Amino acid sequence: MNIVECIDIKKTYEQGQVEVQALRGISLSIKKGGFVAVAGPSGSGKTTVLNIIGGLDSADSGRVMVDGNVLDEMNRSQLANLRLHNIGFVFQAYNLIPVLSALENVEYVMLLQGVPVADRRQRARTILDDVGLEDKYDRRPAELSGGQQQRVAVARAIVSNPSIVLADEPTANLDSKTGQDLLELMQEMNEKKKVTFIFSTHDHMVMDYARRLVKIRDGRVVDDQIKAR
Amino acid sequence: MNFRLGWRNIWRNPRRTLVIMSAVIIGIWSMIFLGALMRGITDQMVRNGIATLTGHIQVHHKDYRNDPVIENSITEPEAVEATLNDILPPGSRWTPRVRVNAIASNARHSSGITLVGVEPRREDKISFVAQAITQGRFLKPVDKNGIVVGKALADKFETKLGRKLVLMSQDTKREIASRAFRIVGIFRAEMEATEKQFVFITMSAAQQMLELKKGISEISIILSDYQEVDQVTVALRTALSATDYEVQSWQELLPMVTAILKMYDGFIFLWFLVVFIAMGFGLVNTTLMAVFERIREFGLLKALGMKPWWIIKGVLIESFFLLILGMAIGNSLGFLSIFVLPSTGIDLSSLAEGMEFAGMSRVIFPIIESKDVITANLVVFVLGLLVSVYPAVKAARFTPVEAMAHT
Ligand SMILES: Nc1ncnc2c1ncn2[C@@H]1O[C@H](COP(=O)(O)OP(=O)(O)O)[C@@H](O)[C@H]1O
Ligand SMILES: [Mg+2]
Repeated sequence: MNIVECIDIKKTYEQGQVEVQALRGISLSIKKGGFVAVAGPSGSGKTTVLNIIGGLDSADSGRVMVDGNVLDEMNRSQLANLRLHNIGFVFQAYNLIPVLSALENVEYVMLLQGVPVADRRQRARTILDDVGLEDKYDRRPAELSGGQQQRVAVARAIVSNPSIVLADEPTANLDSKTGQDLLELMQEMNEKKKVTFIFSTHDHMVMDYARRLVKIRDGRVVDDQIKAR
Repeated sequence: MNFRLGWRNIWRNPRRTLVIMSAVIIGIWSMIFLGALMRGITDQMVRNGIATLTGHIQVHHKDYRNDPVIENSITEPEAVEATLNDILPPGSRWTPRVRVNAIASNARHSSGITLVGVEPRREDKISFVAQAITQGRFLKPVDKNGIVVGKALADKFETKLGRKLVLMSQDTKREIASRAFRIVGIFRAEMEATEKQFVFITMSAAQQMLELKKGISEISIILSDYQEVDQVTVALRTALSATDYEVQSWQELLPMVTAILKMYDGFIFLWFLVVFIAMGFGLVNTTLMAVFERIREFGLLKALGMKPWWIIKGVLIESFFLLILGMAIGNSLGFLSIFVLPSTGIDLSSLAEGMEFAGMSRVIFPIIESKDVITANLVVFVLGLLVSVYPAVKAARFTPVEAMAHT
């Protein structure tokens, strides 16, 4: 079963007088439980694709389906609900609320989801333990390293068992060792929790972790390969 | 958790928070403090007006107020007093008076004054004068020649206790009546003008001198509850025939005071408005700044699925904390600065001459009216939250994509 289904999506941005064709017809099907890298050079359209799949941005044409929902037919509020309950996000940077501790950051999305307080606290602790931050519950983001911050972001993204996690260049601000650790963590979570991961990167080392590698360039898919393991 | 988040957010920029909080504090403080001073002034003004012979309600011959001559006297006071007995609520007090313009003179000076004939035993429960004697004594019912004058008048006439003073006025037969009195008491009043204007003799002496028989000029009434004034005034008007009598409340008898009360109310309102506008702008600006600094964060929250309404609520919670804190401190300071004032009040005698015309006291006692305090707080709180809706809505409007692109 496909958890994500994109059919011929196009997107043009207007930048002043100039029109930028960010996506020129992308079709993509991603199976449940996948661990997929969207790779390409800077400006190739990776962020745009992930934003459209995540309901943060809309395509000019084409169809996008996520977990059985047709995104083009949904209003803002429905999209917000979809993001809240079905999609986890990990961004390149500024993932966390600076005034909340690691534990509170993870709890906060569950608060928005309406998870009861005791349950929320327990689940936040468990997931932070899972990502190896059992001794960092009360640290504020500023008191955590970049790698630890991204781990908190991953923990927050998966804590409520979303159908997919979208990670836009999650390792871009990390050194390669820390980046590899994060990828290993994501891989582990993908296998253990059966969460679908879609992440973008332009880093070959990161691409190596993917089980499927979708290469895009100038808003088109140029290569799509399943890697043997 | 939302409150925890809001609370921490306002302390992200403590300096800014303290600045806007001081605006709230100063606003609330000034509203409470100045409000209490104003109340003190106006309350004293009304009290002075009422105690300086006005009372709560007065009954006159129907033409007396227009033309306060001796011919316009109440000739049958018993009938009026019988009606008062029927109608006035228990606890009310009243007293008849003779009141005419006269000329006082001694060897050195002469001057126009108002001659007031009073029943000493009743007058001392109605007006200020019996309590205001600083030298000598107040009149006794048997005083045929006794007169009580104000300190300022005595000074002007260069006279003192025991000396003689001659009063002249027109009697009911349009003849000039003139009689000598001996000063038995000297009174002081809030205002010098009062001391110069009124001289008191017994009512019987006045009636004799002016050939009034049992006639009187006015009846002054004090109710035990001043809030019943309007209602009782109406009742008296119905009971006393309008072809013979005129019944007026203090608001009508002291039009100047009434006008000033209205002006002060307007002034307090204006002050509230000024304070609020200054504070409101500060609040909007600070909140807007705080919001724009956190565009990325709001974008992140929206990306995570937060609804606009939640973001609005979050920003309003921050304003709520700023307002509540500022209000708590502002109220405390307001009450404190009123309580540390000496119990003797604020002495304005140096300024008093300029303000006397308005019936203002030499000494002000601030009065805290719960109505004013509640209004001040409600205005700041409700309007403060209302103006915060603007930055809050701005914050909720950012779309995740543009917010996350923002650096
Ligand atoms: N908000 C935007 N306004 C204008 N142009 C944009 C916007 N977002 C992206 N683009 C353009 O669209 C193209 C694809 O961008 P993006 O999806 O961010 O690529 P990538 O994430 O692979 O670097 C780029 O040429 C970029 O300049
Ligand atoms: Mg990008």
